Amino acid sequence: MRLLIIEDDRESADYLVKAFREVGYVADLASDGEEGLSLADSGDYDVLVVDRMLPKRDGLSLIGSLREKGNRTPVLILSALGQVDDRIKGLRAGGDDYLPKPYSFAELLARVEVLSRRHGGPAEETTYKVGDLELDRLSHRVARGKDELTLQPREFRLLEYLMKHAGQVVTRTMLLENVWDYHFDPQTNVIDVHISRLRSKIDKGFERPLLHTIRGAGYMIRDGIR
Amino acid sequence: MTAFGKLIRTTAFRLTLVYLFLFALFAASLLGYFAWNTRRLITEQITTTVNVEVSEISDIYARRGLRGLILSIGNRSLRPGANLYLVTTPSGQALAGNVGSLAPGVMATSGWSETAYRRLEDQDNTDHRALVRVTEMTNGFRLLIGRDLEERRRLFGIVAHAAQWSILVVVVLGIGGGIFVARRVLRRIDAMTGTTRRIMAGDLSGRLPVGRSGDELDRLAENLNAMLERIEALMMGLKEVSDNIAHDLKTPLTRLRNRAEEALASSGSEGEYRAALERTIEESDGLIRTFNALLMIARAESGQARGNMDDFDAADVANGIQELYEPLAEDDGMILHVKTAPARLHGNRELISQALANLVENAIKYGKPVPSAQPLGADAVAGTKEILIEARREGDQILLSVRDHGPGIPEGDRKHAMERFVRLEASRTLPGSGLGLSLASAVATLHGGELRLGDSYPGLIATLAIPALPAASDRLAAQTQDVPQKVA
Repeated sequence: MRLLIIEDDRESADYLVKAFREVGYVADLASDGEEGLSLADSGDYDVLVVDRMLPKRDGLSLIGSLREKGNRTPVLILSALGQVDDRIKGLRAGGDDYLPKPYSFAELLARVEVLSRRHGGPAEETTYKVGDLELDRLSHRVARGKDELTLQPREFRLLEYLMKHAGQVVTRTMLLENVWDYHFDPQTNVIDVHISRLRSKIDKGFERPLLHTIRGAGYMIRDGIR
Repeated sequence: MTAFGKLIRTTAFRLTLVYLFLFALFAASLLGYFAWNTRRLITEQITTTVNVEVSEISDIYARRGLRGLILSIGNRSLRPGANLYLVTTPSGQALAGNVGSLAPGVMATSGWSETAYRRLEDQDNTDHRALVRVTEMTNGFRLLIGRDLEERRRLFGIVAHAAQWSILVVVVLGIGGGIFVARRVLRRIDAMTGTTRRIMAGDLSGRLPVGRSGDELDRLAENLNAMLERIEALMMGLKEVSDNIAHDLKTPLTRLRNRAEEALASSGSEGEYRAALERTIEESDGLIRTFNALLMIARAESGQARGNMDDFDAADVANGIQELYEPLAEDDGMILHVKTAPARLHGNRELISQALANLVENAIKYGKPVPSAQPLGADAVAGTKEILIEARREGDQILLSVRDHGPGIPEGDRKHAMERFVRLEASRTLPGSGLGLSLASAVATLHGGELRLGDSYPGLIATLAIPALPAASDRLAAQTQDVPQKVA
């Protein structure tokens, strides 16, 4: 995967490039808005990671002119402005995701992966399948092997989101944002409790667990160990 | 500025000058009117007297001829008084009367005129003035009858004199009074200015002097004192908050630093390093959360979040939060219920959700029943493990409340509990930032409402009271009235 990081703070930019390279990504770096725009325009990137406040041209205007030119590369905005209205402004300007600083790299990585899949991946399917777990989005039926599972509506949406991103790490914040549509940061482990309930329904009594906890990052649904 | 300069610059003094001018003008015009009217009255009297005499004498002349006329004039001329008489021949020669000399040409024109004259018997050679009427009689004889104007002049002089004096008195009294009032006001203002200076210099406990008269300056001083009271309270609050911020941010920072240092100093295994680093990240995440909460409170308090408001139903928020927290409550051995009625409002949905989430988190954390307070049976204990989220409309307010059956908060502590970083005695040992209620309170204030903490016998009931959507929502509420209340 090819990434372009547009960030003016040298240290955090170097850290990001290094961290992305360690997980096997190709990461380019631009240190101001103008350079970022011309690189994003010429190169073929899977995801752009854009700091909101940049010299020469700010992040939002950069995204705006990219979108005007018809460039639809997914953009993740990084910003020190983390309030709900800042986020809405960022998404309205054409960003696909918004991550307030300071962030954890695990969170950033998970979001970048989801964004890159969304861009290149196939159209939304009507059924998801992970191992012997099957979810039908139209009939709202979930089955593991031959057993039909009964899920609450919210559990269904939680599982749906996890299965849509099967094989990818999904963070607690991503779940809260996408399944519950809340953008605040609960002080307690609400999401973990929901996950453990779901886990008890889909994994309990089965030999192979599908829903995994990824330490320090979040959760992932996948069949076996890759 | 000199003391006198200050004095004459006062509003009181300037007002005095304006009034002084107005009063002087009033006195002058009053006396002027009086003088003019007196003069007119006297002139009228003279005219009437003269006219009567003219007709009498004309009558005598008509009946008794020239001889009778001269006789009569002679008689009248001898009477004491101010009347003037003169009869002349057609050639202008004086025949009878008491007029010695006249201004030239007066006898030649018939009718009224004002003229200078001398009496025959007058010794001094001064001219007097008179109002006279000249009549031409048959055969060319001319008759002059008039009256001296000395009386009129004297009266006018008296009035003019009175006017001068009264204006002088008005001016002297006015300026004196003005200086007196201005000095009184100036003294009080100077006292206020002095106090204000002291306050500006940093002594916030200073208060303005308040007199007993209850006049406008006293009322102003009272209001300013009330304002100073408020400012002092705010400053104290600010100081407390910054002290708290310093404490609550420095403590975790110190812990963070200590752990890093400790890990560095000990020659541990990789696993130990890893654990230390993980704890470091955890600790810094906590710090970030505290920061975010502080920023959010500041934003809500300054009203910046007003841009993102729309209309929604608080019942949906209550249901959503109940759904999110229900498993967590159950894990903690509590039961989280929700009871909603339509309650539409205009606001920032995200912030209100977060405020309600904070209240629910508090209820789960602190709302556990106190064992000793439960002498009743097992059923009662089960009932008290309930937390109830309620959304409803009451009058023109939307009430979003969270009720638990825990130990509650003593009435005296409730206001204090909403302040930043305040963690009441009972909660100090549990994790938390002490910002939950502050944020909920700031969100309520942002929406023009308030956070109320009350007693739910036993336990705490925390209510976000927010103004409801007017009119349109009334109709909506009426339409959906028959929908049964949902109890989850």
